[in-house]
Amino acid sequence: MSDLTEFTLAEARDAVATKKVSSKELTQGFVTAIEEARALNAFITETPEIALKMADASDARIAAGTARPLEGLPLGIKDLYCTKGVRTTAGSKILENYVPQYESTVSQNLWDNGAVMLGKLNLDEFAMGSSNETSAYGNCISPWRAKGSTTALVPGGSSGGSSAAVAARLCLGATATDTGGSIRTPAAVTGTTGIKPTYGRCSRWGIVAFASSLDQAGPIAKTVRDTAILLKAMASVDDKDSTSVNLPVPDYEAGIEGGVKGLRIGIPKEYRVEGTDPEIAAVWEKGAEWLKAQGAEIVEVSLPHTKYALPTYYIVAPAEASSNLARYDGVRFGHRAANPKDLIDLYERSRAEGFGAEVRRRILIGTYVLSAGYYDAYYLRAQKLRTLIKRDFEEAYKQCDMLLTPATPSPAFAIGEKIADPVTMYLYDVFTVTVNLAGLPALVVPAGLNTAGLPLGLQLIGKAFDEATLFRAGRALEIAADLKAKPQNWWRA
Amino acid sequence: MSVDKETVRRIARLARLKLEEERVEPMMEELNGILAWVEQLKEVDVEGVPPMTSVVEQRLKMRDDVVTETDHADALMINAPGGEDHFFVVPKVVE
Repeated sequence: MSDLTEFTLAEARDAVATKKVSSKELTQGFVTAIEEARALNAFITETPEIALKMADASDARIAAGTARPLEGLPLGIKDLYCTKGVRTTAGSKILENYVPQYESTVSQNLWDNGAVMLGKLNLDEFAMGSSNETSAYGNCISPWRAKGSTTALVPGGSSGGSSAAVAARLCLGATATDTGGSIRTPAAVTGTTGIKPTYGRCSRWGIVAFASSLDQAGPIAKTVRDTAILLKAMASVDDKDSTSVNLPVPDYEAGIEGGVKGLRIGIPKEYRVEGTDPEIAAVWEKGAEWLKAQGAEIVEVSLPHTKYALPTYYIVAPAEASSNLARYDGVRFGHRAANPKDLIDLYERSRAEGFGAEVRRRILIGTYVLSAGYYDAYYLRAQKLRTLIKRDFEEAYKQCDMLLTPATPSPAFAIGEKIADPVTMYLYDVFTVTVNLAGLPALVVPAGLNTAGLPLGLQLIGKAFDEATLFRAGRALEIAADLKAKPQNWWRA
Repeated sequence: MSVDKETVRRIARLARLKLEEERVEPMMEELNGILAWVEQLKEVDVEGVPPMTSVVEQRLKMRDDVVTETDHADALMINAPGGEDHFFVVPKVVE
């Protein structure tokens, strides 16, 4: 292969393990590709020196016969994961100069598996957004363009740097996080694959917190196999996160070719949402036919509280964010306002100067719904709705093994198109937020292109801790879709 | 329910977020847009429904009550703006 960046993670793993390619050559290929792709603004911080040093260490291990499962494979890390000695911004000005003195558990797991770090990827500020347009470090731009157009499109969000970097072949895979769709939305609009695992599957320790009862780490990669390989390495029980679950992590990759014969796939009727792009509705139907043709049984199911998921989310997530973000006070770390006249002034100005518009808005909403006199009307009611939403899934899973749904209501939109009105942007997550509220795993796979040549994704929602079956069904969709299109290298400097 | 300007000022104060006076009204409108939209939750009968307290059912983990962390004081101070030695520095609070 002439261009090593075209490898899938699995192909690169096999090439490195059999010494056809060194990690150094592979890593250098990505370092160069990243330098040439600065127009996409996918990385907030590039770490080529660290990458090449890690690659050398990997090559030494391969030579010594002590290679680990991801030995020498270059990855990108969402800039929400704390990386020891490497600036971690969370996409916010408030953490502009923050250099963690510890490593997040998930990224440590990847390094312990031999992976190589290429740098820190762009994201919406504190992961609050669906288009990567709230980042204090500028918009990340999708490598995809509509046919005959040069309009800049969003890469999805909040993990926009992760999806753009994978789609543009700037890394073999990337870490991401998902609070309301932040792995799945970017994957869907960039023709990449991403999984939000069950809540508790990955440790949240060392990942900058947004909404702790919804946040979950997961990978974005080129294929279902690559995503399965990465999740296996990322997942673990962790003493430092009491919500991480002590269940064995299966070898997801080993089972992906198992097929869907005999699986019952539910089609939730409430996901036929008005305003959904007709081409997405069509690919959803096609997806069901593909699974049926491979031996699955398709059943219609009902999730009656679906329409309440988004408003529930926009109470719960800001409430948790307002408490999590209380730690940014200008005292212990982060931005500090100059010449404060007293302690309150220090707090108020450090936070106002450091946080962007969307983050400020969510902190105020969260503070309001948790404040005395309003807690029961908003937050308590939302938590009760959450119970009802979870029950919907439990009822549906009496009739089926997983659900097939669209991932986004439309393909990638233009930068600037939705950012002016918060609620319009929030509605883009209509198919993804329910899963976070119920703590369930969901996988997004590319399923086709629209007439403008832009990728469309489908979402599979599974039972708790049944990621293995999701990967099997995702692989079946991938085989049927047989998508070979990649974005053209217009960005190359 | 909607918020008025006074409420916006009050919650900004609670959140320790400086809000310039000219930003109060636009923020009030943005918040009311979001609050009007979440209002639809009122139509659901939640009588007798327990609020969710944990997404994944599991017993809260317990650990032995022993010290596991070593001294990280130097590392903790590296990112402290205006920190001195092993002290976080704030404006004077006691007259």
